[in-house]
Amino acid sequence: MSATDTQDPNRRDFLYVATGMAAVVGAGAFAWPFIDQMRPDASTLALASVEVDVASLTPGMSLIVKWRGKPVVVRNRTEQEMKDGEAVNLADLKDPIARNANLPSDAPATDANRTTPGKEAWMVMVQVCTHLGCIPLGQEGDFGGWFCPCHGSQYDTAGRIRKGPAPENMAVPVFKFISDTKILIG
Amino acid sequence: MIPKSGNRFSDKIMLKQEDRAVENLRGFGMKKILTSLALIGLVAIGTGAAGTGATAAEEAHNAAAPTHFPIDEPKEMDWSFTGPFGTYDKAQLQRGLKVYKEVCSACHSMNLVAFRTLSDLGYSEAQIKTLSAEYTIHDGPNDAGDMFDRPGKPSDYFPAPFANEAAAAASNGGAAPPDMSLLAKARGIERGFPQFVFDIFTQYDAGGPDYIHSLLTGYDQTPPAGMVIPEGTHYNPYFMSGVSLKMPKPLSDGQVTYDDGAPQTIDQYSRDVSAFLAWAAEPHMEDRKKTGFRVLVFLLLFGALVYLTKRKVWEGVAH
Amino acid sequence: MSEGHSTYTPKTGLGRWFDARMPLPRLVYDSFIAYPVPRNLNYAWTFGGILAIMLVAQILTGIVLAMHYTADTNLAFGSVEKIMRDVNSGWLLRYMHSNGASFFFVAVYIHIFRGLYYGSYKAPRELLWILGCIIYLLMMATGFMGYVLPWGQMSFWGATVITGFFSAIPLVGDWIQQLLLGGFAVDNPTLNRFFALHYLLPFMIAGVVVLHVWALHVVGQSNPTGIEVKSKTDTVAFTPYATIKDAFGMIVFLFFFAYFVFYLPNYLGHPDNYIVANPLKTPAHIVPEWYFLPFYAILRAITFNVGPINSKLGGVLCMFGAIVMLFLVPWLDTSKVRSAVYRPWYKLFFWLFVADAILLGWLGSQPAEGSYVFMAQMATLVYFAFFLVALPVLGLIETPRRLPNSITEAVLEKNKGGGGHPSGATAAPETKG
Repeated sequence: MSATDTQDPNRRDFLYVATGMAAVVGAGAFAWPFIDQMRPDASTLALASVEVDVASLTPGMSLIVKWRGKPVVVRNRTEQEMKDGEAVNLADLKDPIARNANLPSDAPATDANRTTPGKEAWMVMVQVCTHLGCIPLGQEGDFGGWFCPCHGSQYDTAGRIRKGPAPENMAVPVFKFISDTKILIG
Repeated sequence: MIPKSGNRFSDKIMLKQEDRAVENLRGFGMKKILTSLALIGLVAIGTGAAGTGATAAEEAHNAAAPTHFPIDEPKEMDWSFTGPFGTYDKAQLQRGLKVYKEVCSACHSMNLVAFRTLSDLGYSEAQIKTLSAEYTIHDGPNDAGDMFDRPGKPSDYFPAPFANEAAAAASNGGAAPPDMSLLAKARGIERGFPQFVFDIFTQYDAGGPDYIHSLLTGYDQTPPAGMVIPEGTHYNPYFMSGVSLKMPKPLSDGQVTYDDGAPQTIDQYSRDVSAFLAWAAEPHMEDRKKTGFRVLVFLLLFGALVYLTKRKVWEGVAH
Repeated sequence: MSEGHSTYTPKTGLGRWFDARMPLPRLVYDSFIAYPVPRNLNYAWTFGGILAIMLVAQILTGIVLAMHYTADTNLAFGSVEKIMRDVNSGWLLRYMHSNGASFFFVAVYIHIFRGLYYGSYKAPRELLWILGCIIYLLMMATGFMGYVLPWGQMSFWGATVITGFFSAIPLVGDWIQQLLLGGFAVDNPTLNRFFALHYLLPFMIAGVVVLHVWALHVVGQSNPTGIEVKSKTDTVAFTPYATIKDAFGMIVFLFFFAYFVFYLPNYLGHPDNYIVANPLKTPAHIVPEWYFLPFYAILRAITFNVGPINSKLGGVLCMFGAIVMLFLVPWLDTSKVRSAVYRPWYKLFFWLFVADAILLGWLGSQPAEGSYVFMAQMATLVYFAFFLVALPVLGLIETPRRLPNSITEAVLEKNKGGGGHPSGATAAPETKG
């Protein structure tokens, strides 16, 4: 080693650095498949949309479908529920953002923004408490919306958080009415 | 048979003599690893020749009652997907899918292939939706607890033509038609020595497609005089486990209409459906070979760097 | 070589604090940095390191595959195909694992033949050798059970045949076979326990590898001359000298490995294993994985009864005997000289043995009929003759060549005459004995 030190230290150092870098790049590339394999696989992603027939839902009725392993509630709201939802002052909301995947991420949480235009009676929402993932009970609690029995979060008739430890309104997934009686979620 | 193995031993003896001659020429010290390697090679070749010789002799004896199958080796075809840069020919896969849909799928299931993966064949999402909707999927139970039929969705798999294997066997003379998802990897004829050594360098990976193509084009041949063809079976010299198989000749010229002007012949159908099955069995092949090329180039460069580093480190250290 | 005194001196306060409480850095320093290795090791000696990374790679890919695999006879085949088709990078991980097993065996065979050629098993390295044999046995068990997991035709029938070995044991054979299978035939209980054991055994291998390396570091590496290290000039430090050489060997090995993984991933497998297991239909030719073929040929070569031992039991005994031979090598070899470099006759017989092993492997892949059976019987005879006749007798009658006085002398002599040849072993001093 000492003999080589005098010869051409720059070339030697460059060689060592280049070899070391190549080793790091190789190790990184090798590691990727091991992480990559943890992501949802192709068959899971293929089930990312469901079609729901809502013809049988009269005002005041809900149904729950499983979408991406989670319950999604489809509720045909009553006149009263819609009125309650519209009457809420935005300043009273704990989370003023709509959390509607169909709208820009900064849309305000008005009642209309929680639903889809022309179908304001219909709430389509991932029925999972934004606190720690429990499933809230429908049409319970102080606001006539949803009540989470785990830690006491209360949501209003538009699924907006009003009281309790949950930080956000319940999420509205990507969905659309493909006919008057059919909803495509995802 | 015995004289054959006798030959092998005389090979060995000759080899030893040769070995000794080499020693005498160059002195005792020259007997090196290379000589020994040559010895291994020659012994192996000698045995290989003895083995194949034996097989050939047997078959000449018993053309009417062969003991080794297939009677004819599969023909090696040109495929777009072989070799280090092989890719699937999308037009060919689409034609192959058409042949599968219109002919094979009457009896053969393809349980592991989902409609969504047909995007590999160049179909758009909308086309896949239309295509999957042509199929009826048995699903359920619904809220009332009943099973029901519905049109297919891209996330569905090709539905099987029979409810279960027993039903498939019962409808096909006792032999259930094999599932086709992996057929191109589940078939292949033993390549034998020394071909299997060359295959490493030529990257021969079309044993399944070659076999399927040869089998599909191997009907209509006259069996040798005196050969007994069991009732309800069909002579095919390319069949891997007997003189004949239960499947009747499935394809005929003009049976499937191609829209892209490709010839509507048995040979073309067979090529296309074999290529399609190669894709069905190994859908990530293109990705695999592409990644492989990058990995090998990296290892080559990295190896060169490490080698230079190694030389630097060992410089001045006699070893 | 590691004479028990360590040259590790921590430079920082934290280093000294740590060293006084748990001298792990000292262990690493003494074992993988300052550890002296003979300066004349050739590339055959890089396979120990290669085996270590192959074991780690197999464990890593195996663990992630287990995240997607389902050990149930109805689901196993489909879950493997799901890995191949749907799991992200799944095809890569699975092909790395299945071909990794083959290349693990490639490396271990080169490693074993290296040991046989250079007499690495001789005193004081007998225990080191035996630990290696135990690793090899565990590898065979792991490889066999891993091959069952995809639940293809070869998986099923391979498991049936191999567990059938145990039924050859007189009186208790059937009982043992049922114990292994958890039933009367290979079925769901078998698959489940094989999966559990296939997950366990690699960690047992890793444990024995630790003992193997420990034993190695007590007695030190052998080397192509077979002469023990006599002075400091005979050795170089493990790091950087051996590490960089090992690294180069590994990359070359990985190149071949990658070639198979990406271009010929099914070359070493069998098409029948892409057909789901069918307990009612045996494939026309059952063959084990290539790395078992020589033993499979020996098993089938015994077609005759010997006294009270019938051919089935005889075949099984011969097959296990073929492995037992390896354990006995340190005591079968009577020569005082280690390395085949200085043993002209042993060298010849060694290469004949290699050829015989390859021939047995090829015969194992051929149908057991006609002249193949006779050839396999002859090759089996040669296999055992190598261990039971050649090894003991050669040591007594062979005149070895002159040995150099030290490793340093051998290196200097070679460099004087040999020019730039990198391989140290073959160009040794050539004085006819």
